[in-house]
Amino acid sequence: MLQIRIHGRGGQGVVTAAEMLSIAAFEQGHHAQAFPSFGSERTGAPVVAFCRMDDHAIRLREPILAPDVLIVQDPTLLHQVDVFQGLKPDGYVLINTRRSFDALGLADISRRFRHERLTTVPATDIALKVLGRPLPNAVLLGGFAALSGLITLDAVEHAIRHKFSGKVADGNVAGAKEAYAYVQKEMKELAHAQTS
Amino acid sequence: MLKQVEGSAAVAEAVALARPEVICAYPISPQTHIVEGLGERVKDGSLAHCEFINVESEFAAMSVAIGSSAAGARTYTATASQGLLFMAEAVYNASGLGLPIVMTVANRAIGAPINIWNDHSDSMSQRDCGWLQLFAETNQEALDLHIQAFRLAEELSMPVMVCMDGFILTHAYERVDMPSQADVDAFLPPYEPRQVLDVKEPVSIGAMVGPEAFMEVRYLAHAKQTMALERIPHIAAEFKARFGRDSGGLVRSYRCEDAETVVVALGSVLGTIKDAVDEMRAGGVRIGVLGIQSFRPFPLAAVRAALQGAKRVVVLEKSFSVGLGGVVSTDVRLALAGLDSQGYTVIAGLGGRAITQASLVRTLGEAIAGTLQPLTFMDLDWRIVNRQLEREASMRRSGPIAENLLRDLGSVASKVS
Repeated sequence: MLQIRIHGRGGQGVVTAAEMLSIAAFEQGHHAQAFPSFGSERTGAPVVAFCRMDDHAIRLREPILAPDVLIVQDPTLLHQVDVFQGLKPDGYVLINTRRSFDALGLADISRRFRHERLTTVPATDIALKVLGRPLPNAVLLGGFAALSGLITLDAVEHAIRHKFSGKVADGNVAGAKEAYAYVQKEMKELAHAQTS
Repeated sequence: MLKQVEGSAAVAEAVALARPEVICAYPISPQTHIVEGLGERVKDGSLAHCEFINVESEFAAMSVAIGSSAAGARTYTATASQGLLFMAEAVYNASGLGLPIVMTVANRAIGAPINIWNDHSDSMSQRDCGWLQLFAETNQEALDLHIQAFRLAEELSMPVMVCMDGFILTHAYERVDMPSQADVDAFLPPYEPRQVLDVKEPVSIGAMVGPEAFMEVRYLAHAKQTMALERIPHIAAEFKARFGRDSGGLVRSYRCEDAETVVVALGSVLGTIKDAVDEMRAGGVRIGVLGIQSFRPFPLAAVRAALQGAKRVVVLEKSFSVGLGGVVSTDVRLALAGLDSQGYTVIAGLGGRAITQASLVRTLGEAIAGTLQPLTFMDLDWRIVNRQLEREASMRRSGPIAENLLRDLGSVASKVS
């Protein structure tokens, strides 16, 4: 079972991101379960949403305490919420920021986890460009597809078009594609830096 | 057709497939998405011959439901928590009058302290109201139970509450198999009322009944619920024959064949318990789960039969009777009268407290080791409980309890769970 935890703030589409991930997984023939952290969410308040994927029906209903994947939609949460709580040693991390992972002051995290699985993408910048609004959720899913290879960019596109239509869908798909390319390039550079 | 949808959306679609003629509701979390989905269908015409009535309160919602059901319309509403309490008087009237209304209760805690999260306190508070109460384990079962509920309600002319865990199910996206309209039409015949307000053949419904017949009317409500004990498995079997799924029924066992320990529970927590049972089974523990799908009528015989071989029975429940202990446990013990088994009540998940597999394995292990208290509050934070008790012992004006506990905890948003 693959467990994904998404951290963000109310209004950033955290819950929708988890739902889209579950739709993408369903599209690829998996069972998937997405659910929010059930708070009385307010704009700007920390929000958590979860997605599980498996090849058989998922019965577990507890919050995701030991995620395989962390997606952080708002880097200011790093100083407020223990987003890395329970992350598996070989887990993936994707943070929405212009800065690199090490520049965020997360050197300790870099040492504890697999460096090539920790990456960042400027999803808010991309969203502002393609949507005109700072909504990084769907964009980050493109980045996640590139980082993990666990879901395809096609499935992400399908999920986006399932949730949105018209210009909003087109913009989000374009953003997801850009994030995909960005993360792929970043990972190549990381791999190159490690081998040289 | 397989779909990946939110639980509320799945239930809205299932209710629409049942072709209700009147839907009235007042919005309250976590039920709102269901009636929103139905409202959209009525508005865009995809749910034809149905009137969606916006009402000013839950009391009005159930009152309108009573009126429309008495007028012969297939009637649906949904609520939760304080909303159910606010409509309570009318809830009793609906069952007392024998009107086959179907209502979703998206289970949520009752305040104070105000809390929007899931537990079973709301529907349990209406345990004795005369409605049938069915509990869903998954979103698939939730949608299937709604289709069965209309059939059951109308056969018996009694209202049915379909209870599904608020947020945990209503807000969860998961795979469901949505039946076709043709199959639902074949399973659920048009509503044929036993009593109807008709200007051509006028009748009174809701007469005052004195001591000469009140007990008999009440007994007949009980007799109908007793009949439901026969009808529920029959309807579930017919449902399976048509749709190919085990949904509903009275009770469902999992790995109970040789189990020395059986956990009894209702609703979505059964999934997590099954994973805990698999983990313990892998370690050689003979343990199983009994899910109760029909809480009212309570299937005493089926529960007794399922638990007959167990040395110990752990009832895990998301509600409790303050001053006594478990609500479900009391009924389960009645079913086990005269049998030699050790009974435990575990109260868990109140107000949305996460019920984790790790805590379940630990707690069930304690039951097997004989160290579990007969009444246990799982994962209770004794530090803040004891601090408050000390505060109350040491000063008269100890202040408001909930606010004291929140202050003791500090920031509450910094933890994932």
